[in-house]
Amino acid sequence: MAKHPDDMMEGTSKIKLTTSDYVIRGIGYVFISLFAIASIFPFLVILGSSFETEDNIINYGVTLIPRQFTTAAYGLVLQNGTIWQSYGLTICLTLIGTLVGVFICSMTGYALQRRDFPFRNAISFFIYFTSLFQAGLAPYYLLMTQTYHLNNNYLAVLLPLMVSSWLIILMKNFAKSVPHEMTESGKIDGAGDFRIYWSLILPMLTPGLATIGLFLALGYWNEWYQSSLFLQNKDILPLQYRLYKIVNEASALKNSVASQYVDVSNLPSESLKMATAMMTTGPIIFLYPFVQRYFIGGITVGAVKG
Amino acid sequence: MSVVNPKKVAPYSVKRSLGKKIWNSKTLLLMCLPAIIYFIAFSYAPLPGIYVAFVDYNYRKGIFGSNFVGLKNFEFVANSGKLWMLTKNTILFNVAFILLDNLLAVVVAILLKEIQSKMFRKVSQTMMFLPYFISQVLVGLLVYSLLNSDTGLLNAVLKSLGQAPLKLYKTGDPWPLIIILVHLWQKTGYNSVVYFAAIMGIDSAVIEASMIDGANGWQKIRYIILPSLRPTIVILLLFALGGIVKGDFGLFWNLVGRNPILYQKVDIIEMFVYRATVSDFNFSTASAVGLYQSLIGFILVLTVNGIVKKIEPDYSLF
Repeated sequence: MAKHPDDMMEGTSKIKLTTSDYVIRGIGYVFISLFAIASIFPFLVILGSSFETEDNIINYGVTLIPRQFTTAAYGLVLQNGTIWQSYGLTICLTLIGTLVGVFICSMTGYALQRRDFPFRNAISFFIYFTSLFQAGLAPYYLLMTQTYHLNNNYLAVLLPLMVSSWLIILMKNFAKSVPHEMTESGKIDGAGDFRIYWSLILPMLTPGLATIGLFLALGYWNEWYQSSLFLQNKDILPLQYRLYKIVNEASALKNSVASQYVDVSNLPSESLKMATAMMTTGPIIFLYPFVQRYFIGGITVGAVKG
Repeated sequence: MSVVNPKKVAPYSVKRSLGKKIWNSKTLLLMCLPAIIYFIAFSYAPLPGIYVAFVDYNYRKGIFGSNFVGLKNFEFVANSGKLWMLTKNTILFNVAFILLDNLLAVVVAILLKEIQSKMFRKVSQTMMFLPYFISQVLVGLLVYSLLNSDTGLLNAVLKSLGQAPLKLYKTGDPWPLIIILVHLWQKTGYNSVVYFAAIMGIDSAVIEASMIDGANGWQKIRYIILPSLRPTIVILLLFALGGIVKGDFGLFWNLVGRNPILYQKVDIIEMFVYRATVSDFNFSTASAVGLYQSLIGFILVLTVNGIVKKIEPDYSLF
C-alpha cells in the first residue's frame, strides 16, 4: 500500500533541495494553476453570459461578468413547464437505471469471482466478448426499432446504459477484495448464495457500489446519444438531449419557451442556450466535488488492474 | 484482471458431471442470469443483423428478405475512397490523442506531485476533473461560445485589439487542432489520476536516498519517477492501441458533426456510420463500414493482448 502522500512530502522536505527542485516546483505551481483555471474558464463564461442581456451578447459577445445583470433568460426557461418535466424524466431514468444497474452488476460481479463457481470463466468470457466485438450501429438500430419496437420509448434510453462488461469487471475486482472466508462463514451458517451476497457481501462492498453507481448515474444524467437515436418524436426529452436540440435546432429553441409570451422573431436565443446549459448541468457541477473520490477509486481499480 | 485463469479452477469441478455442476451452482447461475439475458438482448441479438451489410436493404422485405449482393456495399465505400479517408482520419486522430493524452497526463501528474500545499493540490485537481463530468453536448456549446465569429469570446478579444474576426465555423482547416485541444482539455484531469496514483506509490525512501546522494529535481524525474512509471505507460499505450480504430463520436459530433464544411476535414468512421444510419437510413452501407471497423478492432485487441501477455502477463485481458 502506498504511503500517504503527505507523509512522503514531510519526509523529503527535511533534505536540502537543489535549484532545479525549486525551478520544477515553480513550474508546477504555474502550470497546474493555469491548467486548473483553463478547466473551469468556459463554464464561467457560460455562467456569466446566462445572466447577461441578449442585446449585450449580440453586440459585445459572451462575457465572464455580465455588463447588465438580468435573470430574464432563466425566467423564460422556467416559464415553460416542460423543463421540470425533463428534470423529472432524467431523475427517474437516473434513479431506476442506477439502482437496477448496480444490483445486476454487483450480483454478477460477486458470482463471477467465486472460486467455487465452475461456470465463472465461461460466463466471464461470454460477457467480456461483447466488448471485443460489436455488431455496429446499423444492426443495433434496426434491432431496437424494428424487432423490439422501442422507437420513441424511454426504455430505449433506460436499458442500453444499465449494464456493461466494464462495470461488471470493475465490480468483480471490488468483490475479490472481500476475503473468501466471508462466503465460507455464510455457508457454514447455512445461508444460500443469494443470501450470502445480499446480507454479508453487499454491506462490505459499499465503496465499490458507490463507484459503479456514480459511473452509471453520470452516464444517465449526461445521456443524449441513445435519445438522439430513438427519442426523436417525444415531447418530453431527457435534459442533455433537450439541451442538444436547443443548441442545434432553432425550432426546438422556440418550443422551449412558452410561445404566448414571446415574439418569436426576437427570441433571446443566445442567453437562452446559456441558461438552459446551466439549468441542465448545474446539479453535476454542484455534486461532483463531493463524489469525485469515488471516480478516482474506480479509475485506479479499473484502469491499471482492469 | 484475468477472465480465464486455469490455475484457479477448483480441482473437484472436473470430476463431476455437468448436470450435477449446474444443480450445485444453480443459485450462482440464477444470479448471473439477468446479466446474461441483458447481453443476449443488447449485444448478441444485433449480431445476425450484420447480414444487412451483404444485402441491398429494403424496408418492406426486412434484413433477411432483401436481395443478397455479396461484397458490393464494401466495394462501394472502398472504391469511392471514402473508407480509406475515414480510416486514415480515425487512426491519425487516435494516434495524436494517445500520444498527447499520455504525455500531458504524465507531465500533470509529475507537476502535481511537486505541489506542496495539500489544499492547493486538492482544489486544482478538482478543477481539472470538472470537464470529465459534463456531457459532450455542453462541450459543444462551450467551444461554440468561445470560438463563434458573432458572439464568441475569442473574436470579442480580437475585436478589442483591432484585429479582424476569425470565422472558424466557416473553414475546416483549424478543426483538427481544435478537436485535439478540446479532447486534451476534457480528458487530462481524468487521465492523470492513474499516473498520479503510480507516482504516489513510489517508495519515498528511494527518492530520499537519491536526494541524499545529491540528485537534483530533474534527475529525480529522469532516473526515478519516469522509469517507475514505465510499466503503466506501456500498458496504457498498448491498450489504447487496441482501440485505435474507434473514434470519440460524442466529441466529434457535438463539435463539428452538424456542419458539413467542418466535418469533411475531420470525418471519422463513427460519424459516417451515424449519418448513414440516422439521416440517410442507408443501413447496408452503414453496416458494411461498421463491420469493417469491428473486425479491425477485434484483430487489434487480440494482437495487443498477445503482446501484453508476453511482457506483463498480470495485465493481460484474457
